[in-house]
Amino acid sequence: MVSYLIRRFAFLVVTLVLASIVLFVLLRLLPGDPANALLSVGATKEQIASARADVGADLPVIEQFVRWFSQLARFDLGTSYISGLPVGPEIAQRLVVTVPLTLLAFVLAVIIAVPVGFVAAYKSHRWYGVALSAVSQLGIAVPVFWIGVLLVTFFALRLQLLPAGGFPQDDWQDPAAALRSLALPVITVAIVMAASVTRYVRSAVLDVLGSDYLRSSRALGASFAEAMWRHGLRNASVPVISILGIELATTFLGAVVVESVFALPGLGSMLLTSIAQHDYPDIQGVLFVSTFAVLIVGFLADTAQRLVDPRLRASVSGNRGGGSGGGGRRRGVGPASTAVPVAALPGTTDPGVVRS
Amino acid sequence: MKKKLGLATGIALVSALALAACSGTSSSSTKPADATINIGSVYEPQNLDNTAGGGQGVTEALNGNVYEGLFRLTDTGKVENLLAKSFKKSADGLTYTFDLQSGVTFHSGAKLTSADVKYSIEKVLADDSQSARKSSLAPISSVSTPDDSTVVVKLSSRSISLPYNLSYVWIIDSAAKNLKTSEDGTGPYELDSWKRGSTLSLTKYKGYWGTAAKNAGVVFHYYSDATALNNALLTNAVDVVTSEQSPDALAQFTGNSSYKVTDGKSTTKLLLAFNDKVAPFNKVGVRKAITSAIDNKQLLNSIWGDYGTLIGSMVPPTDPWYEDLTGVNPYDVTLAKKELAAAGYADGFTFTLDTPNYDPHPAAAQIIKSDLAKVGITVKINIITPDTWYSKVYQKHDFQATMQEHVNDRDVVFYGNPDFYWGYDNKQVTGWVDQAEQASTTDEQTALLKKVNTQIADDAASDWLYLYPQIVVASSKLSGYPVNGLNSQFYAYDIVKK
Repeated sequence: MVSYLIRRFAFLVVTLVLASIVLFVLLRLLPGDPANALLSVGATKEQIASARADVGADLPVIEQFVRWFSQLARFDLGTSYISGLPVGPEIAQRLVVTVPLTLLAFVLAVIIAVPVGFVAAYKSHRWYGVALSAVSQLGIAVPVFWIGVLLVTFFALRLQLLPAGGFPQDDWQDPAAALRSLALPVITVAIVMAASVTRYVRSAVLDVLGSDYLRSSRALGASFAEAMWRHGLRNASVPVISILGIELATTFLGAVVVESVFALPGLGSMLLTSIAQHDYPDIQGVLFVSTFAVLIVGFLADTAQRLVDPRLRASVSGNRGGGSGGGGRRRGVGPASTAVPVAALPGTTDPGVVRS
Repeated sequence: MKKKLGLATGIALVSALALAACSGTSSSSTKPADATINIGSVYEPQNLDNTAGGGQGVTEALNGNVYEGLFRLTDTGKVENLLAKSFKKSADGLTYTFDLQSGVTFHSGAKLTSADVKYSIEKVLADDSQSARKSSLAPISSVSTPDDSTVVVKLSSRSISLPYNLSYVWIIDSAAKNLKTSEDGTGPYELDSWKRGSTLSLTKYKGYWGTAAKNAGVVFHYYSDATALNNALLTNAVDVVTSEQSPDALAQFTGNSSYKVTDGKSTTKLLLAFNDKVAPFNKVGVRKAITSAIDNKQLLNSIWGDYGTLIGSMVPPTDPWYEDLTGVNPYDVTLAKKELAAAGYADGFTFTLDTPNYDPHPAAAQIIKSDLAKVGITVKINIITPDTWYSKVYQKHDFQATMQEHVNDRDVVFYGNPDFYWGYDNKQVTGWVDQAEQASTTDEQTALLKKVNTQIADDAASDWLYLYPQIVVASSKLSGYPVNGLNSQFYAYDIVKK
């Protein structure tokens, strides 16, 4: 496990360095001039030239990169061209909104999706099992902003229970006020996330229910609950964890839509504004921090899977000793991104799991 | 078991959120002078410096509220003394002597002196200034300070608009630093905090030299989504919306006695700007034909409903030289066809319309396209970003025709500059614009600019599609807010919440 952690950490650092290079190059390839956002109709040629000098757009690209990278090495994300504010503290300010939003939505989604998905699978032949499955399908099809608009119309405009948008000026000084502001966005994101996680929980549980080891366990005298608790849930959780990792990362990055609907000053809205203004330091900073967050989530998901599934721990040495074909499926990819959960469900003949 | 536990936790979490919902504090009634006014807007400042690309938002939030000039432009378009108590103009019109108000202090506590005024004017004129007003102050040749309360400005040529132009020059403490993120002005409010992407709050400045603000402070709340902004007004999160972006949402306020909707005069004109230097738009007949072929009334109605105004030229009604010129190139398809034939384009032609990608341009472009199809002209709509517009159209003049909103008042003078992006080059007009600036009386100036206005309409230099409405929606408890919002300024000090 220790060597695994060291390897993963090294991988994290290398990925971040590569990501910073890719980010920088891609941004410079985009058409547009960062100086334009500073200028207005009526500006003279001299003013345009001076604005370009202000934002460093007149410097050679290599020099701009060296400047950025050396700042980065000192944990300094630079200063916004447009607002003149330091990028790091502003991102921290935005994370105060986006991180609680993402995590609360995530927790709520898991709380909804796990039991619902379980019931949908366990009672798949009953009308309510089918209904739950159909509702979750619907949840995937509905766009986030629409759910947001519906919730606002009902809870904020009609019932006047919750704020329609915005975030308290003093952030979390008054936690109740902050929670009130986050309530509708959290529910909005959670509904969408829960819908798709429910689908995965349902198919994972369905597979487990049809598995030989569960039947064997029952045959050995375990009650259904016991068999499910000991073998079923553990096996079902492996693909679900990797999906949760992806969902968490997607929500973090995709918060921009819900932030716009609810006028939340989060990371997503910062990214949107800075892209519109070609504010390179801001864009680079946000994307860098997002990449970092996604890598961390991937790392956590992978580690959690290892803790749950001993086969994955075993496969590390196997891979190191010359590779094990398609077996090392969780190696070397960032967030738990390449797993195809249903296809990768634990094999029914694996003896390592049934230890009753 | 697991299932029940999960459900129970879920219910607990949802109820916690619901409980948090109910525990919100309701607003209690306060005296007007203690009330904080919450203002909703879509124009967030890019930074806090109006000489460094702060944009429209910085004018809205800080002009007149945090910063003051020697003069003030009122909501009705008049120029009044502000930090200048009085001023004298020499007989030749080349020397202005300003006498400053006494007892004025900056928010940092420093006293206002003539040196600060000199510094502030020179900051706008500096090489690295991004002020849009820099060129209008070009006649200034020197600024001197004979004593602490007197400023003398010398001009290289007469400039009747000097007091007006100085209303945009914020007087800043010459010792102030980091003006992009902080302030040091003399206005009735000082900056409390700016949370980018969210709010900018101002509190009453206790040491203000003039009449104190009638409220305790204001908070500007910024929204990127117009619906979210209107929802904020509906839920009392804001008291007033400075400028509605579309008429669609207004129905919920017009029929509701809790809100007041005002239909003021903006200075924002939507232009179909031709590149007057390239064929076929170098022919006056073609431009006139297009202007007559587009039904501006229908266009305005489909975008703004019953709001907005047709003006037929570049001059909005709040400018002193306004005239209704909608009759010069009337909507008349037969006339348009005749003019096209006379210009040698009886069979029409095809052109590319560079259209900014944000509202209302794409929708307006479609209407223009279908109107022009009726006279045989094919429009290729090319949607571009504001950034591309600035590089391609404004800087390189690489376009045939474009659409753009021009927000400032008194900007008809751009037609006197043959190097401006639309390339309108009429020596007579350039001469009149110059003479108007050097006029000795405002009557003379007004008469000359009216001639400019009529001439550019006759030449159909551009097609001035319509003047935007300035729609302010406020809680009916609110009074004293500006309804015209010239150049998007929004004086907050007279706002009272009952």
